[in-house]
Amino acid sequence: MSTSSDTPATVPPAVELDGITKRFPGVVANHDIRMTIRAGSVHAIVGENGAGKSTLMKILYGMQRPDEGRIRINGEDVAFRTPSDAIAAGIGMVHQHFMLADNLTVLENIVLGSEPGKGGILDTAGARSRITRLGESHGLRVDPDRLVEDLGVGDRQRVEILKVLYRGARILILDEPTAVLVPQEVEELFANLRDLKDQGFTVIFISHKLDEVLSIADAITVIRRGTTVASVDPGSVTARQLAELMVGSELPTPETRESTVTDRVVLDVRDVTVRGTAGRPLLSDVTLSVHAGEVVGIAGVEGNGQTELIEVIMGLLPFDEGRILLGEEDITTWSTLRRREAGIGYIPEDRHRQGLLLEASLWENRVLGHQTRKPARKGIWVNRAASRKDTERIVREYDVRTPGIDTLALALSGGNQQKLIVGREMSGEPRFLIAAHPTRGVDIGAQSAIWDHLRTARAGGLAVLLISADLDELIGLSDNLYVIYGGRMVARLDPGQVTPEKLGGYMTGAIAEERS
Amino acid sequence: MMPAGLQRTLLTLAGAAVAVLLAVAVSSVAILAAGASPVTALEAMFDFGDTQNQVVNAIAFILNRAVPLFIAGLAVAIGFRMNLFNIGVEGQYRLAAIVAAFVGSQFVLPAPIQLTVIVVVAMLVGGLYALIPAVLKVTRGVNEVIATIMLNYIATNIAAFLVRGPFTGERAAGQLTISTPELPESAWFPNLNFLFEMFGLPAPRSGLWGFLAVAVLLGVVVWVVLERTRFGFEVKASGLSASAALASGVNPKRMVISAMVLSGAVAGLIGLPEILGRTHSYGSNFTAGLGFLGIAVALLGRNKPVGIAVAALLFGFLDRAAAPLQFADIPPSVVAIIQGTIVLMVVIANEITNRMSLRHEERRAARQLAATPSQAKTEVAA
Repeated sequence: MSTSSDTPATVPPAVELDGITKRFPGVVANHDIRMTIRAGSVHAIVGENGAGKSTLMKILYGMQRPDEGRIRINGEDVAFRTPSDAIAAGIGMVHQHFMLADNLTVLENIVLGSEPGKGGILDTAGARSRITRLGESHGLRVDPDRLVEDLGVGDRQRVEILKVLYRGARILILDEPTAVLVPQEVEELFANLRDLKDQGFTVIFISHKLDEVLSIADAITVIRRGTTVASVDPGSVTARQLAELMVGSELPTPETRESTVTDRVVLDVRDVTVRGTAGRPLLSDVTLSVHAGEVVGIAGVEGNGQTELIEVIMGLLPFDEGRILLGEEDITTWSTLRRREAGIGYIPEDRHRQGLLLEASLWENRVLGHQTRKPARKGIWVNRAASRKDTERIVREYDVRTPGIDTLALALSGGNQQKLIVGREMSGEPRFLIAAHPTRGVDIGAQSAIWDHLRTARAGGLAVLLISADLDELIGLSDNLYVIYGGRMVARLDPGQVTPEKLGGYMTGAIAEERS
Repeated sequence: MMPAGLQRTLLTLAGAAVAVLLAVAVSSVAILAAGASPVTALEAMFDFGDTQNQVVNAIAFILNRAVPLFIAGLAVAIGFRMNLFNIGVEGQYRLAAIVAAFVGSQFVLPAPIQLTVIVVVAMLVGGLYALIPAVLKVTRGVNEVIATIMLNYIATNIAAFLVRGPFTGERAAGQLTISTPELPESAWFPNLNFLFEMFGLPAPRSGLWGFLAVAVLLGVVVWVVLERTRFGFEVKASGLSASAALASGVNPKRMVISAMVLSGAVAGLIGLPEILGRTHSYGSNFTAGLGFLGIAVALLGRNKPVGIAVAALLFGFLDRAAAPLQFADIPPSVVAIIQGTIVLMVVIANEITNRMSLRHEERRAARQLAATPSQAKTEVAA
């Protein structure tokens, strides 16, 4: 099944996985994973969310032990018990979410855990010269004495890579390294990776962004439903073929082209400012309006005021200046409950924190947020029968895969939890919907279903505010696109015209404020 | 296949049973250390006496002890349900008891009205006293644990002052304790001795307190409020996830105030079984510490009325055992050790069974979904 099995016998492959299987309760983890990774290459592992990539990498990095199968590093059988074993074998991992201490310097972060000592005292000078040498030889230049909290995302990633190299890794695992980067930073990262490859390092690159994979990888392994389904040569496949291998069926696209935008304003945010406790305001003079039948997208690097904007609209965060109108009514002083009752739906960015009661049944989760409205309410009582019936409707119409409506929400996969939330928030005929990262962490099947539901509701006159980190989703679904940066709306763009590169420029502040 | 809910309940019960057995094992070690035999101790605990009279008295003692513990457990559980720690049940019930006992002694009305007034006064005082920490928490962010602990001291001393001063009644010659004026007979809660007489048994010496009926009714009402009403749903949601409740439009401040006041109002009733059933006044030898025991009872009963009832009966049973243990030359403090270890074990068991049932639930869902892949596929295709 593998096309890379004809590797020259002289150099043993950097990594060989043979029949790796890992079982978890309720999760498609790994089943009979086989792959061979050539030394000195960039090997991409692609698969949709939940396909089992992360589990596989955890096994390779010693964080999990496989139930079956063999791992060979440079031709030798290994059995890792902890990540230290993996590090000793020359494997390094750059996590998707950076694991750096903000209030330490770059140098301190890099040596953390393997501090060079001279008689119990940290050998700062030795570490500094080694880091500088490493940085120069690999083109990863970072000032070792800067505080990590002052660094941008790209620099932080370089620190993570340096940290791994400092520990002597020859095989680098990068878990979704581009998820947090804007296009320009991705180019820099790729240059670094090519550099490393030329010096003989092996890079395992995990991603589901296929264009990037095609541009950087020397070999690609596709994982679907926990098992390796194909090994392909990037020169001989297109992104679309690759995607179809990943999904195993036809591809969904988020495109919505025929406009359903009306001239009726549903949500009107006017000059909203949140000063916050720190010096810089969290939101300043944010103005935007969403019309019936319109999807307004908000693009921005996380932490630039999206969360605050959502919470201000939901009435969870008080603001200092400005007004918010829903239709004709000024809802500035309304409680969250009253806003919900007035027809605001909310798909929260963190469904476990704000969207679900994990230890409650599905039908109780149907009541959540609707406890004062029909069908969930009957006077002072919770209308159990009606709530259960309506939950069954949601399970049916939104294809929530569950054994039943008495199942606890935590037993469902992320995609099914999200479909339940979408179904709930679409109930009761909302006028306006906040969809924050509606397809984050859900599989492609659920993703296209959620997109379909959003499109249908939009055609039915729903006004949607879409916040997402997925630029394709934003460009594909939105009728109007705003960019938020540092708590300000810095650009209003036509999603039909904009390119991801241009969007990235606004998101990082590289292109100055402008309104088109 | 067994319904998910039933399975969870069974697992919980099994956990509690194992916890009690473990506690008995640990206590046996303590009894051995005290130089006695655990078997003798167990025999003494289950020895309700030889005559019918003794047995009836023992049962009445257990029930009479369990009633206030049950009410205390309910009061604590209402707060616990939403992660609100009302440690102030102790102060709330004592203050409520003395005020209700005094107010009830100041007039004479037909029994139903007289009793209703006393119950309402007790609930009002308890609720209002619990309102103080609730308001402090909502407006000033004062932790309710600290506020209620401090308010316990204040309540205890106010009660001591009142019984000595403004609320004091006439002391009969030769009586050592002081108390509020005696309640008129219309405020004496009728006892339930007929329950024994129905079966041809003798009536217990102390009488079976009629407040037992009120407690059962209260348990049902609390269950209905917590499990069936919108308010109960909001309490549950706040307890399971404060952030999700907030985002769903549950007003956290309102919830803190109403749950705390409800908890305090129920707490106000704790002293009444004793006052209306036996002493007919609030005296300086009024039973203290029920509020703190209520915390243990609520933990043991997993904040559910039925569980709390079982826990209260268990504690009543153990408290009764103190006297026979002494006769068997075993230090009665063994009972306190058993109670302590049971609570500790049950808390551990709860944690374990909870995790087990959550994990089990995940597995079950996965299994059932895996069993119907063909159906899932056709759904996708459609």
